[in-house]
Amino acid sequence: MLGMLKRLRQGLTKTRENFVKRIDQAIRRYDRIDEDLLEELEEILIQTDVGVETTMKIIDRLRERTVEERTKKPEEIQALLRDEMAAILGGHSPPSTDVELTTGPHVIMVVGVNGVGKTTTIGKMAARYKQEGKTVLLAAGDTFRAAAIEQLEIWAHRADVDIVKHQQDADPAAVAYDALQAAIARNVDILIIDTAGRLHTKANLMEELKKIKRTLGKLADGVPHETLIVLDGTTGQNAQTQAKIFHEAMGGISGIVLTKLDGTAKGGIVLSITDSLSVPVKMIGVGEGIDDLQDFDAKSFVDALFE
Amino acid sequence: MFEQLSDRMDSVLKHLRGQGKLTEKNIDDSLRQVRRALLEADVNFKVAREFIENVKEKALGRGVLKSLTPGQQMIGAVHDELVELMGEAASPLTLMDTPPTVIMMVGLQGSGKTTATGKLARMFKQQGRQPLLVAADVYRPAAVKQLQVLGESLDVPVFSIEGSEDPITICSVALQKAKQAYQDIVILDTAGRLHVDEDMMAELQSIKKAVGPHEILLVVDGMTGQDAVNVAETFNDQLDVDGCILTKMDGDARGGAALSIRSVTQKPIKFIGVGEKLDALEPFHPDRMASRILGMGDVVSLVEKAQASIDMDEALKLEEKLRKETFDLEDFRTQLKQVSKMGSMEDIMGMIPGVNKNALQGAEMDEGAMARLEAIISSMTLNERRKPNIINGSRRKRIASGSGTTVQDVNQLLKQFNMMQKMMKRMGKMNKPGKLGKMMPF
Repeated sequence: MLGMLKRLRQGLTKTRENFVKRIDQAIRRYDRIDEDLLEELEEILIQTDVGVETTMKIIDRLRERTVEERTKKPEEIQALLRDEMAAILGGHSPPSTDVELTTGPHVIMVVGVNGVGKTTTIGKMAARYKQEGKTVLLAAGDTFRAAAIEQLEIWAHRADVDIVKHQQDADPAAVAYDALQAAIARNVDILIIDTAGRLHTKANLMEELKKIKRTLGKLADGVPHETLIVLDGTTGQNAQTQAKIFHEAMGGISGIVLTKLDGTAKGGIVLSITDSLSVPVKMIGVGEGIDDLQDFDAKSFVDALFE
Repeated sequence: MFEQLSDRMDSVLKHLRGQGKLTEKNIDDSLRQVRRALLEADVNFKVAREFIENVKEKALGRGVLKSLTPGQQMIGAVHDELVELMGEAASPLTLMDTPPTVIMMVGLQGSGKTTATGKLARMFKQQGRQPLLVAADVYRPAAVKQLQVLGESLDVPVFSIEGSEDPITICSVALQKAKQAYQDIVILDTAGRLHVDEDMMAELQSIKKAVGPHEILLVVDGMTGQDAVNVAETFNDQLDVDGCILTKMDGDARGGAALSIRSVTQKPIKFIGVGEKLDALEPFHPDRMASRILGMGDVVSLVEKAQASIDMDEALKLEEKLRKETFDLEDFRTQLKQVSKMGSMEDIMGMIPGVNKNALQGAEMDEGAMARLEAIISSMTLNERRKPNIINGSRRKRIASGSGTTVQDVNQLLKQFNMMQKMMKRMGKMNKPGKLGKMMPF
């Protein structure tokens, strides 16, 4: 557990340096809390990709609380800020990634726009479940992008799990169907279905996702048990729109995986997303190693940001 | 692309347009809203602040307060500043007199380097050049394979060294091969890397040193947030890039990255990726984009698009028919075909000045409608197409079942055509039909 926290802190180094250092600097320049200081904080939050709306919300709360609690010293505002950020993130109960094994395979479908890291995430998830002693099957549902199937195959090989694949350009729904059939027949614990990246604005491609889901439903009830959307941590405010539209199209997304957080100085997107959607952030990617895909925990996230 | 930013700008500016007189206060108010619109579009914070300051200075300098049309003046100031921010003219790639021209693609993971490489290769091939693609991404699983598949579909050679883990050697050897094989363009597809990864950035510098690329293109995901400028700045500091390709611009991202990058690095955006298919790469025209953002349309691109996809002979024939008032359903079908070659309706509408985007949004352009119209007309006999008057009830039924539509659909088409014919007659009586009218009769 301690190792995990260390990794999280490491992954968020960029964000922390950018964020906390600048807050410290701002606070030091003021001898009392006033509008100018609040405006500077607002600027820092927006630059961390917290998003205009969520930022305004946080700043308004800070303004209220400094009056209510008669806070005057600038140093004290940092604690308030931390509080408010934790409040936004903690609004949703931390989801568990522990899979409850029911009868039949637990099916996870992974969706998202192009280039966010779906296939890599699946590779890491597979390795993790395998380590936990579960049997895993992967479905190469990205039949569109050149060599996507090969990419997943390499991951399957690394994680030492099986894979079901068709040819390039095959119907992804057929791949998913076959994979589920195989998963049931082989009695595996977890089936993870990869899908091609698609922009949420392409209506026909969103229909294709629905079709995959419908097709799976023909074999078993309540399948897929989980639909995860992968979002790129360096994406700006569009990440919200992506999550929202996939959520609507898929009839509910069960969780968000936020990748590439180690490369960005702008981890604030986590706040922006949690604030605007009722979908929980489930896992975050803070590095390239297999262990760098972590369960998201609001408290450790905020701690890692500030300390 | 840019729709949401454009919508926001529109509502702010609409308010200004109506004002008979502006005070410094309502300029400040509206500029604050513009700033918020920019921030929500992921425009970098510093860039947004500078933008607002400049617009205000410009507007006041032009005497907005005393002007008779202060709203217009303001919009003009915003437009000019947008153009300045994004750079004025398009900047094409510089090709060497002595081939091969070496182009090096760099960027973060998942930004779309390999796809952009394929798109560039297709563009060059269409121009009659011989590109060579170099698979220098030795890290991501199956990256080499991805480029090979793309190369195969384009019939463009792909150079790779199996088992090699040294991109520098791969690139140098590739360059030799290109010279021997008289390939005039070499595109190096490097591995995606985080700009904060020092070792990986050093590797790019070594490649640059070894092959001396003529163009280094930074590929940036158009949906990137506030970090876009950091990414661009770092890559530019280390490699002195020549320009950018912004990808995934067909989504509804608000394109703030596009506005920020050039302002911070002073390097132009050369191309934008607007789709998954290999032909979806467009040169970037900042001045036209500024007009689009402000809802002023982009007639230049529209006309260019029309020129590229419309057969001039056909157009002349059509003009003749219009003048003689013999425009029939057969001609209508030809026209439908030509218009659909120009791209999606949504695309086309976005370029027409004054088209209310909000009104379009709810309606969700029915791309299938064009195909249905075509199907209906194709289900008619030649005689029916020439003389639509003869289409009676039983013919309508036959046409409907032939085209998989309903009689109502057929009726509607005939009614529309009727109205169009009347319009054409009126236009035919004018000396020359307007350019736009000629292309888009509905």
